[in-house]
Amino acid sequence: MSAPVFKMLTANRLRDGDVLYRKGGGWVLTLAEADLYADAPAAEAALAQAEAELAQNIVVAPYLFDVRQEDGAVRPVKEREIIRAAGPTVRPDTGKQATA
Amino acid sequence: MKLLKHGAWAQDTFTPVADDAALPHGAVIVSLTRFQKDREALLERNTPLGVRLQSHENPELLGDDVNRLSLVALEFPKFRDGRAFSWARLLRTRLGFTGEIRAVGDFLYDQINYQRRVGFDAWEVPDRFTLEDFQRALTEMTNVYQPSTDGRKTIRELRAGI
Amino acid sequence: MNAPFPAPVAPNMYRYDEFDARFVGERVEQFAGQVARRLKGELTEDQFKPLRLMNGLYLQLHAYMLRVAVPYGTLSSRQIRKLAHIARTYDKGFGHFTTRQNLQFNWIKLVDVPAILRELADVEMHCIQTSGNCVRNVTADQFAGATPEEIEDPRPLAEIIRQWSSLHPEFVFLARKFKIAVGATPHDRAALQFHDMAVEVVRNAEGRVGYKVMAGGGMGRTPYIAHVMREFVEREDILAYLEAVLRVYNQDSRRDNIHKQRIKILINAIGPEEMRRRVDREFQELKRMGTLQLPREELDRITAYFAPPAFETGLPDTLPEAGPDFANWTRTNVHPHRAPGYAIATITLKTIGQVPGDCSAEQLDVIADIMDEFSLGEVRVTHEQNLVLPHVRKKDLPAIFAKLQELDFAAPNAGLITDIIACPGLDYCDLANARSIPVAQAIARKFADLDRQHEIGELKIKISGCINACGHHHAGHIGILGVDKKGVEFYQLLLGGSGAEDASIGEIMGPGFGEHDIADAVERVVGVYLAQRRPEERFLDTYRRIGMAPFKQAAFQKEAA
Repeated sequence: MSAPVFKMLTANRLRDGDVLYRKGGGWVLTLAEADLYADAPAAEAALAQAEAELAQNIVVAPYLFDVRQEDGAVRPVKEREIIRAAGPTVRPDTGKQATA
Repeated sequence: MKLLKHGAWAQDTFTPVADDAALPHGAVIVSLTRFQKDREALLERNTPLGVRLQSHENPELLGDDVNRLSLVALEFPKFRDGRAFSWARLLRTRLGFTGEIRAVGDFLYDQINYQRRVGFDAWEVPDRFTLEDFQRALTEMTNVYQPSTDGRKTIRELRAGI
Repeated sequence: MNAPFPAPVAPNMYRYDEFDARFVGERVEQFAGQVARRLKGELTEDQFKPLRLMNGLYLQLHAYMLRVAVPYGTLSSRQIRKLAHIARTYDKGFGHFTTRQNLQFNWIKLVDVPAILRELADVEMHCIQTSGNCVRNVTADQFAGATPEEIEDPRPLAEIIRQWSSLHPEFVFLARKFKIAVGATPHDRAALQFHDMAVEVVRNAEGRVGYKVMAGGGMGRTPYIAHVMREFVEREDILAYLEAVLRVYNQDSRRDNIHKQRIKILINAIGPEEMRRRVDREFQELKRMGTLQLPREELDRITAYFAPPAFETGLPDTLPEAGPDFANWTRTNVHPHRAPGYAIATITLKTIGQVPGDCSAEQLDVIADIMDEFSLGEVRVTHEQNLVLPHVRKKDLPAIFAKLQELDFAAPNAGLITDIIACPGLDYCDLANARSIPVAQAIARKFADLDRQHEIGELKIKISGCINACGHHHAGHIGILGVDKKGVEFYQLLLGGSGAEDASIGEIMGPGFGEHDIADAVERVVGVYLAQRRPEERFLDTYRRIGMAPFKQAAFQKEAA
């Protein structure tokens, strides 16, 4: 039995490209702080809101991805999102993992 | 939209005509399909005629008739579709077309200089576009490496003092 | 703090004149204007994306990535020091040499890009057309101007192509990217036959030098070997011919399906014969017009920049003795030079366990010093993600080797199984499906034993993290393609590819391997080669003789529990 799948919303900050995660009506720098969407309508609504905000030119390319909550920790389902949230696996001194 | 021609604002004297619409008086722009269907009637009208080509339509499809046209409008369905750059050049070189080549559709400020180089001389631009924008677009890059239909001296020629 | 630099040596390479400098300077400000319009919201991301790509700027998995053009792979020590400075100032202290002889920075901020471009322009560098659907930065044989094999140095032609293709008004919005390579030797080090278009310097039956033009090669989703478009194009006609090929491509390529928009698809759809006919029509017309004719004086003027340096004479022409480690290094990393007493030395950026192609700012600075002291101020980037010192005195090789050892760049493995090409993969790339670098590291560690590497001999492993094939997996003797299997990384093996003059496309073995099995599978495949090879056979030769079956059988044969 695998844990239930939730959604999270991510984007890149326009001015520096940094990876951001959605929290409330704004953005945070780490996945751990971000909002979990328990159902598809909530996730889609968050994405629609972020897309509507694109004209503000704060972020680019928002999209939803799958996460699981296991033992209290949130972990993306796909390797891609695990790496995006942490940084390159081959350079632990770089990316978000370096300052974690 | 407004029309920029030969570096100045111009009254658009051409009326675009849908394939199934009746021909109004005066200068018209028709599709290639309409032109091929009503060729003789269109050419017999004693009024300026323009044809609008979609990006996949090679101007050679107009055959010898091209030089009986006053205008060829080349369409950019998406600014990323760059076929019209070659079509304009082909019109100005192989086909010897001296009439108006008008850029229509989805193109960017950043493409105007290239369009001018390959032979466009008229642009349908959004209302917010200014003559200043146009001048700046043409002067961002002073020199060019390639010969094109604008006849500008290339950097190679400038180096050689030609 | 940096140590004071030794006086930089200015190598014999192209130098910007006032026109080139102004062109690049204005292009920088043009792009700075585009960045400003994007930040202000005057350009949408959809509009900005093709514009930024055309200037080498990607948005990757973690940040923006900026790809700096290294035209035909040639760099001066001054340029290397500038790259080190940019790595330190605007990035995280390192850069990555790519399979297209370029250098990319992984951690760039959009707001810093105009400043970086201005710094690059100071040393006659730029990012023009390092991405996007346009003619990309031209690549060339890394031994150009140094190898005794070549008919002539192909770099003057590459520079002429660079200028002609820079902001070409007709060809900046092509259906897809367009990569050109040039070479001048029978032994192809530039993977000519895998390019959209390639030019080989040749001599015709009358002994005249001209150019053979090929087109329609490529890797990616649909790999093809290039077709010969014309066996011999006269020197003065070459730009007219290249323009003719591009014009047919721009006019006739599909635009309805992104996977079918490269020139290779067009040529293979209409057939090479029809392609040659269409190109010839444009070519004859361009020739008649004459505007693209390349005058002999211009070719001579550009060629003069690349004149062979004043090589010393009377130097000893033997390799010095300097111990077994040095001897091992010279076996693989040192190649013959055109001038007596000189050699070409390869610095493999493939020390066991390192990220293939990565170089830190500190390493770049030391390499610049080595260039100035020992290689007439010059270095080359190879498509195999290594560096080359093109002109070194044989007597200096031990001193160079010692400095490279200090730098941890003295791996004696050029062309061996641990000299692996790997794209950035899922560690950095937004398009990737799987990581490439850790696979390269695992294989390199498995074969770290040098005696074993030499026992195996020439074996080129090439790894891509997705079907786009930046890691040239189709052209690897052993190719590895990373795929996504329900969010988990998975790797397919390909055998029998070659990017050299005997070009071939690797054959897919079948089902793939997990992240932890792929290095073992490669080891089993290599075991088959060692058991079955005949004397003098490379891995590729044995594969071509015995075929896939024995390799496949062994690859899937897990060791008994």
